[in-house]
Amino acid sequence: MALQDKDRIFTNIYGTYDKSLKGAMKRGHWSDTKKFIDQGADWIIDQVKASGLRGRGGAGFPTGLKWSFMPKPERSDGRPSYLVINADESEPGTCKDRDIMRHDPHTLIEGCLIAGFAMNAHTCYIYVRGEYIREREALQAAIDECYDAGLLGKNNKHGWDYDIHVHHGAGAYICGEETALLESLEGKKGQPRLKPPFPANVGLYGCPTTVNNVESVAVVPTILRRGADWFAGFGEERNAGTKLFCISGHVERPCTVEEEMSIPFRELIERHCGGVIGGWDNLLAVIPGGSSVRCVPSDQIIDCKMDFDSLSALKSGLGTAAVIVMNRETDIIRAIARLAYFYKHESCGQCTPCREGTGWMWRVLTRMAEGRAQKKEIDMLLEVTKQVEGHTICALGDAAAWPIQGLITHFRDEIEARIDSYSMRATSDGAVTDKQLEAAE
Amino acid sequence: MSVRRLADENVQPESFKFNRENSSVAKGWIKKYPKERKASAVIPLLMIAQEQEGWVTKASIEHVAGMLEIPYIRVLEVATFYTQFMLKPVGSRAHIQVCGTTPCMLRGSEKLMAVCKRRINQSQFETNEAGTLSWEEVECQGACVNAPMIMVAKDTYEDLTEERLEEILDAFEAGNGNDIKPGPQIDRIYSAPAGGMTTLQTEIVPSTARKSKAGKSEFKKQPSSATKPARPASHVSTTAPAVDTPVGKRKSAEAQQKEKAARAKAGTHSPKGRQAAAAPSLDDKNRPPQMQKPASADDLKRISGVGPKLEGVLNDLGIYTFAQIAKWKKAERDWVDGYLRFKGRIERDNWVKQAKELAKE
Repeated sequence: MALQDKDRIFTNIYGTYDKSLKGAMKRGHWSDTKKFIDQGADWIIDQVKASGLRGRGGAGFPTGLKWSFMPKPERSDGRPSYLVINADESEPGTCKDRDIMRHDPHTLIEGCLIAGFAMNAHTCYIYVRGEYIREREALQAAIDECYDAGLLGKNNKHGWDYDIHVHHGAGAYICGEETALLESLEGKKGQPRLKPPFPANVGLYGCPTTVNNVESVAVVPTILRRGADWFAGFGEERNAGTKLFCISGHVERPCTVEEEMSIPFRELIERHCGGVIGGWDNLLAVIPGGSSVRCVPSDQIIDCKMDFDSLSALKSGLGTAAVIVMNRETDIIRAIARLAYFYKHESCGQCTPCREGTGWMWRVLTRMAEGRAQKKEIDMLLEVTKQVEGHTICALGDAAAWPIQGLITHFRDEIEARIDSYSMRATSDGAVTDKQLEAAE
Repeated sequence: MSVRRLADENVQPESFKFNRENSSVAKGWIKKYPKERKASAVIPLLMIAQEQEGWVTKASIEHVAGMLEIPYIRVLEVATFYTQFMLKPVGSRAHIQVCGTTPCMLRGSEKLMAVCKRRINQSQFETNEAGTLSWEEVECQGACVNAPMIMVAKDTYEDLTEERLEEILDAFEAGNGNDIKPGPQIDRIYSAPAGGMTTLQTEIVPSTARKSKAGKSEFKKQPSSATKPARPASHVSTTAPAVDTPVGKRKSAEAQQKEKAARAKAGTHSPKGRQAAAAPSLDDKNRPPQMQKPASADDLKRISGVGPKLEGVLNDLGIYTFAQIAKWKKAERDWVDGYLRFKGRIERDNWVKQAKELAKE
């Protein structure tokens, strides 16, 4: 059954209603916040655990569990704790946090207060990507409203001193990685740190820190208000809740929409996007979770449930639920080669396999997109992706390798066909181009 | 990774100082962080410097290092690491950032870049002759459901077509960039599906929420001015009322229609386009025999697995009747299968048997 409007958490995601604090309160936000805080940190963490909420930033780590790693107040060594919100939304295909920040910011701000209290933090930094300037302004305006209304700051209505600062980046995908984000927040180049120590022990400024995605934190107040069972009632087991999906690419009407987890792919597209351009027979492949996951060919994805476990069973992933749809007009080799360029551009340069590997993979893929390659290079490319994967400090190496592995797994015949077609037309000076062929006719 | 260096010495200005307004904004940023952690403000400060100067100069890097009491090299590292910092002068009226990553590429960003190349300069980061415009291809800007898009200064212009981009470039070139309304350039509410929202058509007010004392004004569909992002002076839209007039909307509706037409055009496969994508050659001896379009062509859509689109492709190949398909031999079937990149669908759906039966009718 379709998710109903009354069960949506982000009730102003398109900004069609009053975005101010007053409007948000009317829609039910900021009610009972004090009550939740009075029930204590352990109660909040237990509720979040019971709801089955998994992190919405891509990895899908259980949010409640992550919060419980923070040192308890009675065992604190005097260092302050920090909550850092990862709003460096840069994964190609993803644009959900953007809508939360510009249209429904109070979900996030209330979530920041509750999450911060649960982990004994008095300060929160929201790291917004540099390109989201209007979004940052909207978020800051909403935070200012909360200060004015006494919901935040020192001696606020909730009895928990709390400051939220908005920080921003300047165009580096890698800063979406939590330790790179912390480095960047400290005013350095965004190069990921080796783990351990994990941020919960040594994070921002050497203090215990938890980094959460915007959506993960923004859904928490509503979970507490409506109960963990309500949230856990959506989606399959271990894949609870509702989720913002961003559907881009070759669909009739691309959009961002909140839906139930585990909604079948076909239903998601039919209901909100008006189908695939050229009809369902025209569907070629889908990248279901942002550019970093492996693509899935049409026959496997059409009836697949959109959740963490179903998509990992296809060796892909839900990631950020950024669904990139490609129909048969797509040159899939070029599409993936463009992603390879993205990773080459965004590699921070710290680890050799990634710094050198991403460039190498992009160059080979670019040749393959033309057909200017040898078939044995396909296996060589696959081998190199395996060499990069898992051999770097952060997951950018993996993220660069997976799309290419997906391409080779599912579209090897396409690459081979292109190589054949190129060599058939080849002369000693390179291939005969289509234009030349046309002229010859 | 990209190699980024500071601009040539001869274009670097002698000195840099924050103007009065920016200086207080900068101090506000520094206050956000613990006292001994001033360095955290380096990115925001460099960004303010870039807003003031148009690009990040060597002098501004030195100035920021002084303000934050950190070594020059630390600020230089940051300025060269983050790609939003422009290290040399860009177009004086607008620097057009075209998103080229796959989601935008799928919806036509390459055409937008072709427009930029033609209108501004063949190379990125170089200005047009008048020095007013420049462009660059950037990586994902996070507006993928509104692809393709560009970003200029602080605003994004989304759901673009080539025609609309030309109009936007015209406006910026003439110094009237503020006349263009940012956001989706077609009739659409932000990231909601074009043609109307599929969810949240009415405002959801939970019964448990406290009774609001506010009047009807809360129901207005437009965002309240209170939370509209404040626009800096440089972006005050002088003709704001005109932007919302139906003229703007009509234009975008036209653009939409054009886009539709273009899409429909792209939808009909030309055999040549197919060939470019490494399909079997059209001159292959296994290509099934063609015929001229007969007076009464069969309705190939009756074959299960053939839709209107595919019928068009088959017609392009000179295939119009069931009788033709019924006669296909193995090699010919393979050729068509390969040509359509079907990976064996013709065999699986048994087109020949279907066609034989249909031909008997």
